[in-house]
Amino acid sequence: MSDINKEWDFIIEPKGSMFNLNLKEVWHYKDLLEMYIKRDIVTFYKQTLLGPLWFFIQPFFTTIVFMFVFGGLAGIPTDGIPQPLFYLSGICLWNYFSESLIKTSDTFYTNQAVFGKVYFPRLIVPLSVTISGLLKMLIQLFLFAGVYIYFLSKGASIEINRYAFLFPVLIFILAGLGLGFGIIISSMTTKYRDLKFLVAFAIQLWMYFTPVIYPLSVMEGNYKKYMWLIQANPLTAVLETFKYGFLGRGSFSWFALGYSVIFTFFILLLGTWIFNRVERSFMDVV
Amino acid sequence: MSDTAIKFENISKQYRLGTIGTGTLSHDLNRWWTINVRGKEDPYLKVGQVNDREAKSTSDYVWALQDIDLEVKQGEVLGIIGNNGAGKSTLLKILSRVTNPSTGRILAHGRIASLLEVGTGFHPELTGRENIYMNGSIMGMTKTEITSKFDEIVEFAGVEKYIDTPVKRYSSGMTVRLGFAIAAHMEPEILVVDEVLAVGDAEFQKKAIGKMQDVSNYQGRTVLFVSHNMGAIEQLCSRAISLDKGKINLSGTTNEVINHYLKNNSIVEGKIIDSLKIHNHQISIESITINQSPNNIIVINPHENRLTINIKGYLSEGKKMSLEIRFYDQLEHLQMLFSPGHLYENIKFFEKGQFEISETIVLPDSLTKNEFKLTIDVTRPNIEKLFSFRNSVKLICKGIQGYSGLEFPASNCGLLMLR
Ligand SMILES: Nc1ncnc2c1ncn2[C@@H]1O[C@H](COP(=O)(O)OP(=O)(O)O)[C@@H](O)[C@H]1O
Ligand SMILES: [Mg+2]
Repeated sequence: MSDINKEWDFIIEPKGSMFNLNLKEVWHYKDLLEMYIKRDIVTFYKQTLLGPLWFFIQPFFTTIVFMFVFGGLAGIPTDGIPQPLFYLSGICLWNYFSESLIKTSDTFYTNQAVFGKVYFPRLIVPLSVTISGLLKMLIQLFLFAGVYIYFLSKGASIEINRYAFLFPVLIFILAGLGLGFGIIISSMTTKYRDLKFLVAFAIQLWMYFTPVIYPLSVMEGNYKKYMWLIQANPLTAVLETFKYGFLGRGSFSWFALGYSVIFTFFILLLGTWIFNRVERSFMDVV
Repeated sequence: MSDTAIKFENISKQYRLGTIGTGTLSHDLNRWWTINVRGKEDPYLKVGQVNDREAKSTSDYVWALQDIDLEVKQGEVLGIIGNNGAGKSTLLKILSRVTNPSTGRILAHGRIASLLEVGTGFHPELTGRENIYMNGSIMGMTKTEITSKFDEIVEFAGVEKYIDTPVKRYSSGMTVRLGFAIAAHMEPEILVVDEVLAVGDAEFQKKAIGKMQDVSNYQGRTVLFVSHNMGAIEQLCSRAISLDKGKINLSGTTNEVINHYLKNNSIVEGKIIDSLKIHNHQISIESITINQSPNNIIVINPHENRLTINIKGYLSEGKKMSLEIRFYDQLEHLQMLFSPGHLYENIKFFEKGQFEISETIVLPDSLTKNEFKLTIDVTRPNIEKLFSFRNSVKLICKGIQGYSGLEFPASNCGLLMLR
């Protein structure tokens, strides 16, 4: 018998290897990933009455409300950046992160019917959510660009500079954190279904610890005691760098950005590892 | 070629019944608060349940499969039979990587396409077309490969008209047909089919069996097939295993395994009504009797040749109904059919409310000494099945006697003694 060294196409075992993140397999299923992304976008279109217009309406009205409440009533300064630009940039970036997180944190429950019938690397689903969300954010940034050009033509003191080239890094951090935290939570929601509500609440609070509605400088000036909390937040550097690069205001530090990047890598690794553990046992629990 | 396609090594699967926690954080916190802080009893303990750690740890687990060792050769069609809960679906789920084994491992060659019990892994809001592409790429096909098979799949499933309709509008039969068509046309090296064909109509079953035969005979692919339909297993499979309580209790040629299974699974004494299966929810059944008896073992003595079936129930909507009774032999081969609806178009309309169906079958008076299993269906012939009693009755015919009281067993004489 020459069976001994026979090569098997796959081996099914109780536990996967500790360190194998299955990323090669995910790559193998890239066609499926593409289809999932398409599906996410198409179902979004079909579900809303206004279709693609909705992409713009949401940040547009949120910006107006923020201008009224935080800029007007509360009188929080915006670092000399025109208010619409300040809020719009914050909203687009923040919404991308929070929506990625909330949507991916539900992965196992919303896909339970499909996961129970067919095998494919489950990571495809949260990945597709993160990527389709990214497309949505990029579309929303057109609105930002429009408003940007308007203010430029009116002679507002905003200037784009070379730090704008860091934009891909910012996207990586937003996507990585949304996905990473999302899949960690999705693995926990298999045990606790009501964790979902807690997560939605926590995200709301989180926004106030991120310079979305206020610039970092305001915090630094008035609440020095809490600065560590805001600096520990890996999203702080993303918002500040974006505003610094595209609007020329705010603060930038390589150290803060580096910290965020490392933090993101860590969360992604941890998330993928936990997710791979859970995907193998999840179907038995429901 | 007798290359091994799949090798199961010592596969066991343990399920935990119920979750350890309550499943929600708020309940778990509440429980912790009530027990540890307020010092009261567990608020989520079910009435009558004993909170005994010892008793719990043993009864909370169930072995769905134990020490399965099995090799399947390439091109082989393996039938898997066994009672409900024997572990058939679990075995296929592990092979399909939907769930993990608890111990052991499986080694396999090639791609696997599987069609596991009800539901097919479709996305309900997507159309048939989109789902074909989605399912195809899940099985590891590229887009061009799927496109080249697309028309064949649609035609086989017979869903041309609905291909751009979301699958949530499909009937269960259509869904299964499409699911099977995709799995079978994707040219997987291993095709796994679990009981799903029971949902489709007879014609589709036939077509599906033919397709699986093609897949194995002409393409050298391996098929694992679970069914309660012994006829289908016999026709399709070269080898079979019978599972019982999570273990393989026999592995051998199809006939051997089927005979063994049937011998050990004859109808046990009980009430006919216990085998009731309702397919249409406008109906409820109160009683069924044969020759005035509700029991499922009926003896027909020589010189008797009448079977009077009487069914009483309630309809929440007027219906046309007719009886179909099939007589199977011990090997589940169909021997006789009683269907006045098909024969005389004798299909009565029953008003909403109480109803009573009564039919008398006059059996040939020269039947031999034989045993039949009866399946009783109430249908609108060729249109829908309303309810059924599957393998519900054991009919023991003492049979015609010869001039000196001689008996004629069916095994020697066939179904009838001719005059
Ligand atoms: N998710 C699950 N949780 C707990 N027990 C399960 C689960 N799935 C199946 N079982 C149990 O495992 C055993 C085998 O089930 P199954 O493989 O579905 O049998 P079959 O398909 O032969 O009818 C049964 O006792 C069933 O109750
Ligand atoms: Mg089953």
